[in-house]
Amino acid sequence: MEKSPAPRIKLRRLEKIVVPRPSAKRFYGHGIPGVDLEQLAGKLIVVEGADGSGRSTQIARLVAWLEGCGHASVQVGLKRSTLVSEELERAQEGNILSHTTLSLFYATDFADQLENIILPALKAGVMVLADRYIYTLMARDMVRGMNESWLKNLYGMALVPDAVFYLNVSPEELVQRTFAKNSALDYWESGMDLGLSRDMFDSFLKYQALVAAQFKRLQAGYGFSIVDGHRSVEAVNQELRKKITALLASGRVV
Amino acid sequence: MKTFAELKFPGRLIAVEGLDGSGKSTQIHLLQRWLELQGLKVFFSEWNSSELVKAATSKGKKRELLTPTTFSLIHATDFADRYERQLLPLLRAGHLVLCDRYIYTAFARDTVRGCPPQWVRGIYSYAAKPDLTFFFKADLEVSLRRILDGRPELKHFEAGMDLRLSHDPYESFRIFQGRILDQYLAMSAESNFLLIDANQQIEAQQNIVRRTVAARLDLASFAREKA
Repeated sequence: MEKSPAPRIKLRRLEKIVVPRPSAKRFYGHGIPGVDLEQLAGKLIVVEGADGSGRSTQIARLVAWLEGCGHASVQVGLKRSTLVSEELERAQEGNILSHTTLSLFYATDFADQLENIILPALKAGVMVLADRYIYTLMARDMVRGMNESWLKNLYGMALVPDAVFYLNVSPEELVQRTFAKNSALDYWESGMDLGLSRDMFDSFLKYQALVAAQFKRLQAGYGFSIVDGHRSVEAVNQELRKKITALLASGRVV
Repeated sequence: MKTFAELKFPGRLIAVEGLDGSGKSTQIHLLQRWLELQGLKVFFSEWNSSELVKAATSKGKKRELLTPTTFSLIHATDFADRYERQLLPLLRAGHLVLCDRYIYTAFARDTVRGCPPQWVRGIYSYAAKPDLTFFFKADLEVSLRRILDGRPELKHFEAGMDLRLSHDPYESFRIFQGRILDQYLAMSAESNFLLIDANQQIEAQQNIVRRTVAARLDLASFAREKA
């Protein structure tokens, strides 16, 4: 019997993997003791934005794309540290922490991930995608009346990312997206601890506007790349990919 | 940096600082007894005792997860929790607050661990200065003997093992404590430490402590019930 030919799969053309151009790293302030910045070969890419701005979706796609392009990647995010994430979660449920304490708790969580995940990964030449970074923590604290120079000193331990993308979405659109995903608004994302309004919907809009205003202030000093998050997932992802491609080729975001 | 008196708080804060084995905890305990027996409003707070943060701290220590930065931050979180929820309200309510270790412990330890001194000071910059800070200065050998004589099991961070000073916990503890003492002495003048010679007998030290407190504070104004 004549053998039928095996079905042919159309393979992708083998493209040459881009070896990223090195970029100089630095800390915002005092930094972490004992770190050799010269050794950090990987890139730190941060995606910032409110809940519902599409951060997680974009990051998941970016990881798949980067790995497809031959770049090892790792993801980090807030409240994910081995050290304090559970305790932080528990403390927030009870809503019993004062502002300074909550702020330092988050800072501890951040530092733990910075030292145990971000820095070692960068040292190993891995692409680190951060779902939020110090800016969210600073903006939330500033809305709650914490002193800006105190926060700047505290987060002087943070590494300056190679790129920070801020997914800008209006509070009105955020509320619609949140309801499409969950049927309720989150206590903290609505800023209910601030007593802005007893009406949660009202409080959400007011709080998100306050956070956005703080982000705008931070943007001036920290230079985020603002991305219009009202567009389709694909359109936003295209823009992010284009910018990251430029970063890998030239060592900086254009 | 202002004291609680300078900030017009009705309460006053008294802190004790010193190396492990300097006898400071015994001294502040005796001071507390004396103040309470006079019917004064007294509250005692200990370093690293916030219920909320404790679970994370002990996990971090047991599993040796802490770096100098997270060690510093987790203690700062503990302090903030006690400061905002306990110390400040009590001081507003006119209590005498006694603290076994205060921000100077963090300044000394974290700096020895390699954290930038200005960064650490910045983190604690919201905290007011104690009205009185007693520093119990014992010779290094005296404090070491008090701790090491019983050949206790020294814990990893307590012995400063994370600093890789020595493979031997006892030797590591010696070097670590010596460095902390240097840091304390360096900040003694700017921090207005009241130096107590901790090589003396317990009673002799307590005499000085009680006399100083009586002379510096208007103790009658802290009575539970006004005469």
